[in-house]
Amino acid sequence: MASGEIDVAYVAKLARLALTPAEVKKFGAQLGALLEHVAALEKLPTADVAATAQVVPSVNVMRDDVVRPSLLRETVLSAAPQREGPYFRVPRILGE
Amino acid sequence: MKELLDGDAPAIARAVNGREVSAAALAQAALARVRERDPAVGAYLTVVDDLALECARRVDARIAAGESLALAGVPVAVKDNMCLEGTRTTCASKILENWVAPYTGTALQRLLDAGAIPVGKTNLDEFAMGSSCENSALGVTRNPWDLGRVPGGSSGGSVAAVASGTATVALGSDTGGSIREPAAFCGVVGFKPTYGRISRYGLIAFASSLDQIGPIGKSVEDCALVYEAIAGADRCDATTVDRPVEPVRPQTRDDLKGMRVGIVREFALDALEGSVRKVYEAAYRDLERLGAELVEVALPTADYGVATYYLIAPAECSSNLARFDGMRYGLRVEGVDVGATYEATRAAGFGDEVKRRILIGTYALSSGYYDAYYVRAQKARTLIAGDFARAFERCDVIACPAASSPAFEFNAKSDPVSMYLMDYYTIPMSLAGLPSLSVPCGYVTPAGTEKPLPLGLELTGPLFAEPTLLGVAAAYERETRHLAKGGPPVTAR
Repeated sequence: MASGEIDVAYVAKLARLALTPAEVKKFGAQLGALLEHVAALEKLPTADVAATAQVVPSVNVMRDDVVRPSLLRETVLSAAPQREGPYFRVPRILGE
Repeated sequence: MKELLDGDAPAIARAVNGREVSAAALAQAALARVRERDPAVGAYLTVVDDLALECARRVDARIAAGESLALAGVPVAVKDNMCLEGTRTTCASKILENWVAPYTGTALQRLLDAGAIPVGKTNLDEFAMGSSCENSALGVTRNPWDLGRVPGGSSGGSVAAVASGTATVALGSDTGGSIREPAAFCGVVGFKPTYGRISRYGLIAFASSLDQIGPIGKSVEDCALVYEAIAGADRCDATTVDRPVEPVRPQTRDDLKGMRVGIVREFALDALEGSVRKVYEAAYRDLERLGAELVEVALPTADYGVATYYLIAPAECSSNLARFDGMRYGLRVEGVDVGATYEATRAAGFGDEVKRRILIGTYALSSGYYDAYYVRAQKARTLIAGDFARAFERCDVIACPAASSPAFEFNAKSDPVSMYLMDYYTIPMSLAGLPSLSVPCGYVTPAGTEKPLPLGLELTGPLFAEPTLLGVAAAYERETRHLAKGGPPVTAR
C-alpha cells in the first residue's frame, strides 16, 4: 500500500463530485491521514485468508414469478426534479 | 399521563389495550412534550403531528374491535434514514431535504402494525456517517444530559428523543456503532441485532454488508419488545435471515449464575481516563457479583477494526450513494451537460463527511488499489470474525466499554480520524455481524462541570444469540438500575 498519496482530483472525477481547489487540498490531507491509519492492515497475515463479503451465511433468494402491485407511476414521478408528462426530464446524454 | 410517558412500553400497551387511556390522548400528550422539550434538544427534523393522531385513532379503533397490540399507543421516534410514506425522509442531507418517501419501510411498518404511534423523524449524521450528529446538514441535536455536548451518532436524534422523554422507544440504524455509541452518550439502551435479523427495506443504504436497524429504549425490555415486533425474514430484503425469531422478552433471568462473561484482553481498561476506568471496573464487578464468571478472552485483530471498517464501509458507501445523481429524485443542480449536472448536484447536495467517504471508497475500489485496500480489508474482516468465534468458545457474552469517553463537547473532534476512533469498541462487532448492545453502567462528572454524564457497557453475543444477550443485559440492568437513579436535567422542565 502506498500511504499518504491520493490523487484527489482524479478520484473525484471517478466519483462524479465537483471539488473546489481548496477542497482538493483539504480532502487530500485528511484522506492521506486516513490512509496512514489503514496502512496498519499490512501487518496482518492475510495472504492465505479468504475475503469475507458478509458474515452471515446466506444463499441466493428467489421469489415466485408472480405480478405484484408496485409503486404508482404518479407517486414516483412526483419526486422528479424535472418531469414532462409521464417522463423524467433529464439532460441530453448523446452528442449532436 | 405523565407517569405513562415516563414509564416503559409494556405499561403503555397495557393501559391502552385495557382502554384505561386512549392512544389518541397519549399521542396528544407526547406531541405536547415534543413542543415543550424539543426546542432545547433538537432531536427531531420532522414532527408528524397529523400522522401520529391518525395512527392513534386507528389503534383505538382496532382495540375497540377487540384486538390486543404489543405496542399499543407507544410513542416511537424514527431515524430519518427510514422511509415513512408521505413524510419527508432526508437522511439529514441537502440532497434529500425535500424528498417525500413513497412507501414505508418494513421495520417501521411492523412497528405501526403492532400499534406504535410515530412522533417524528429524528436527526442523524448525514447518511448515518458520523459519531456525534454534528455531520447533519439540517439541524443540531444536543445531549439532554448537558446541552453543550453532542448526543453521539449517528442515531443522535433517536437516542436524544428517548433520553428526553419525547418518545418511549426509537428506531436507529447501526453500521459501525451508530446505535450503541449514542445510546451510551445519552444514557439509554441501544441494541444492534445480528446482521440479517431485521429487514432494511426502506432504510436508505450506507454500507450494505454492515447496516442494521435496531431499537433504542429506556430499558432492555422495551428494546426486546420492539425487537420482537420488527425482527424476522422479509421478502423485500433478500439479506434477511429466514430463521425463526425466538422470544427474547428477558423477564426470566434474575442473576447471571452459570454465565461466562468474556473480558477482552486487548481492551485493557488502563487505556481509559481514571474516572471512566473506575466505572467500568465497577461494572465488571457487578457482573461478577450477579454470579457471572469473568473469563479473559483474546481478540488480537480487534485493534485493526477501525482500519478495516474505514475501507469496507466507504467502499460500499461510494457504490450505494452513486444513485444520488439528481435525475429521478432529490436535489438537481444544472450544469452545462449531464456530467456537469451530476458533479454539481453531488457537490451541492453532500456534506464534507459524505464526500470524504465517497472519495476514500472510490479510491479503495479503483483500478490498481482494489486488492491492496478493499480485498485486504475483507480478509482482515475474516480474521476479526474468526477471533470472535474463538472467543465465544470460552464465554457466552463479551463485555467491554461502548465508548472510550462520555459525550464530548461540540467541535471537540476536528480531525476525521479522531472522530473515527470513537467507534473503536463498536466496529469489530459490526464487522463480525454480531448482536451487540449498550446498557447504562454509571456516570462520570468531567472536571470543571457539575453535570454527570452517562457511560454505557457494551455486551455482545454470538450470531443469533439475542435471547442470551438480552437476558444478561436485563439482569445487569435490574441489579444496577443506573437509569432509574435520575433522568437528564431536560426532563425536569
